[in-house]
Amino acid sequence: MIAFIIRRLIQSIIVMVAVAAVSFALFRFVGDPINSMVGQEASIDDRQALRDSLGLNDPIITQFGRFIGNALQGEFGISYRLQMPVTELIMQRLPATLELALVSGTLAFITGLGLGVYTALRRRGVLSNVIMTGSLIGVSLPTFLIGVLLIWVFAVELRWLPSNGRGEVVSIGSWWSTGFLTTSGRLALILPAITLGLYQMTLIMRLVRAELLEVLRSDFIKFARARGLSARAVNFGHALKNTLVPVITITGLQLGSIIAFAIITETVFNWPGVGALFISSVRFVDVPVMSAYLMMIALIFVIINLIVDLLYYAVDPRLRVDRAAHSH
Amino acid sequence: MTDAKTEPLLSVRDLVVEFPTRRGVLRALDRVSFDIMPGEVLGMVGESGAGKSITGASIIGLIEPPGRIASGEIRLKGERIDTLGPEAMRRVRGRRIGMVFQDPLTSLNPLYTVAQQLTETIRTHIDISKGEARKRAIALLDRVGIPAAARRIDDYPHHFSGGMRQRVVIALALCAEPELVIADEPTTALDVSVQSQIIEVLKDICAERGAAVMLITHDMGVIAETADRVAVLYAGRMAEIGPVRDVITEALHPYTAGLMGSIPTLTQETDRLVQIPGAMPRLHAIPQGCAFNPRCERAFAPCRETRPDLISREGGRDVACWLYDPARTGELRDA
Repeated sequence: MIAFIIRRLIQSIIVMVAVAAVSFALFRFVGDPINSMVGQEASIDDRQALRDSLGLNDPIITQFGRFIGNALQGEFGISYRLQMPVTELIMQRLPATLELALVSGTLAFITGLGLGVYTALRRRGVLSNVIMTGSLIGVSLPTFLIGVLLIWVFAVELRWLPSNGRGEVVSIGSWWSTGFLTTSGRLALILPAITLGLYQMTLIMRLVRAELLEVLRSDFIKFARARGLSARAVNFGHALKNTLVPVITITGLQLGSIIAFAIITETVFNWPGVGALFISSVRFVDVPVMSAYLMMIALIFVIINLIVDLLYYAVDPRLRVDRAAHSH
Repeated sequence: MTDAKTEPLLSVRDLVVEFPTRRGVLRALDRVSFDIMPGEVLGMVGESGAGKSITGASIIGLIEPPGRIASGEIRLKGERIDTLGPEAMRRVRGRRIGMVFQDPLTSLNPLYTVAQQLTETIRTHIDISKGEARKRAIALLDRVGIPAAARRIDDYPHHFSGGMRQRVVIALALCAEPELVIADEPTTALDVSVQSQIIEVLKDICAERGAAVMLITHDMGVIAETADRVAVLYAGRMAEIGPVRDVITEALHPYTAGLMGSIPTLTQETDRLVQIPGAMPRLHAIPQGCAFNPRCERAFAPCRETRPDLISREGGRDVACWLYDPARTGELRDA
């Protein structure tokens, strides 16, 4: 178990170093950073001086080492465009993205699980077929279109919900701002959360349904039925638990995607999160922000993967091999 | 058909099980009738696809849809169970009829300990405390031959070998003390070396508790050692049923005779094992008359026209063969 965690940690570090290399290459070689920082009227000498002061004439490996050292301290330089430390910029906007991702992820998981179980158990029901057909729409419609449609119906036509922004936010501690505590904040979350979570929800639903149908055909379910266990015990106690390992994997990865792909939703809803920040930094070739964003998303994926692996252990006793070794 | 004084524990009459398919309705079982007496071990033999497992599944009410019981009846101690509602039938399963499946490696839920699966089953049917159920479970595991049962009970299925898992499966099938245990090929998936142990455990423990056993297998050796009576199925129909010794030494139905001739023995001098020509017909192409007639060396006119019903013979034997109908055979009657 401990060995496993250490092994996974080492793998995670390798992944992060690889991402750092890409991130650094982006930082260093996409365009000339000096060009982005100074105006057109700066002289060649000024540029050279700035180049020296930024260490851009050092050997690449030294620069990479410095980049990693800085990254470890959460230091990604100054945004070319906004002239603010990148870390501070991201931290300001991270709460908005994380809250949105959390809400839409939870929404996607709960409704996906519920609908998946329902459509698997009532396989031939009319409602199940309606849900399955509807889920095709969820899978195939692009996120921005869903977002725009929702805005049109609920914000423009019905005027029930706000069409953009986070509503009122309340600051907690030094840097976290939350929209959970105000009515307008909660209302503002609804449409973007649905938009962002719809695809994940249909994905989880279809996965849960397929896995559950598979498990329901297995021998141990037949045997559980033959022992006269109640339908509830068979379906939920025995069958559903056996679908959890793949469902946890996909849900975990999807949570990463939700954070990463919040970009589109944030743009549609003018949501002040890191996704929107990333889009604007791409537009202005604000490389420090881009590379920091890349590192942050990679870190989130790595952490989620680590948690998913640990959850396997909690769910599936077959993976806890240490005990089997000396019981035979 | 058997002893008229005692009432049969299980009575199956003219059972027809059908599977609707695109190519028409398949009859997996066609008017199958037999009884199981209390405490008796009935062996059920036949080739793959003869309908052995379907018989077991229909008794316990778990035929895979779209299969269904089209007609006939199944009675447990005189009470019809084929018409019970799902909830009433659920209470029969496990509590009155236990079932052991073929593959112990896939029969147990991998995510729960043996203790969890046993106590859950016991407490589904018997109203006792968790601690009490656990005590029973340990005693039962001990009885089926799990060493250090009190310690091993908290292990997960993957901690056990195949033979040990089948012992756990038997404990699970028996933990609510059913009157009848249906064992569907309980040793087919196991090592030869542990097969006889498992059969022994199953037989002894059922005998102790007075539970009857319906032993489904294609292994005639197992039947010979274990069963009191044997029923032979062919293409979804009952070919012959009778006391196991009589059926083995003097088979009435030509199919049974062929089946017995195909068992290798060490004691008898046999040059070649007898082989029945041809193969069992597919369910959508069962020949007219007796299903066995195209393969039968002794087939005569009526075999190709009319299906024979079970004919009772002396010694509690029944056979579905025109050779034993005096009205049909006349001079052919030589058995």
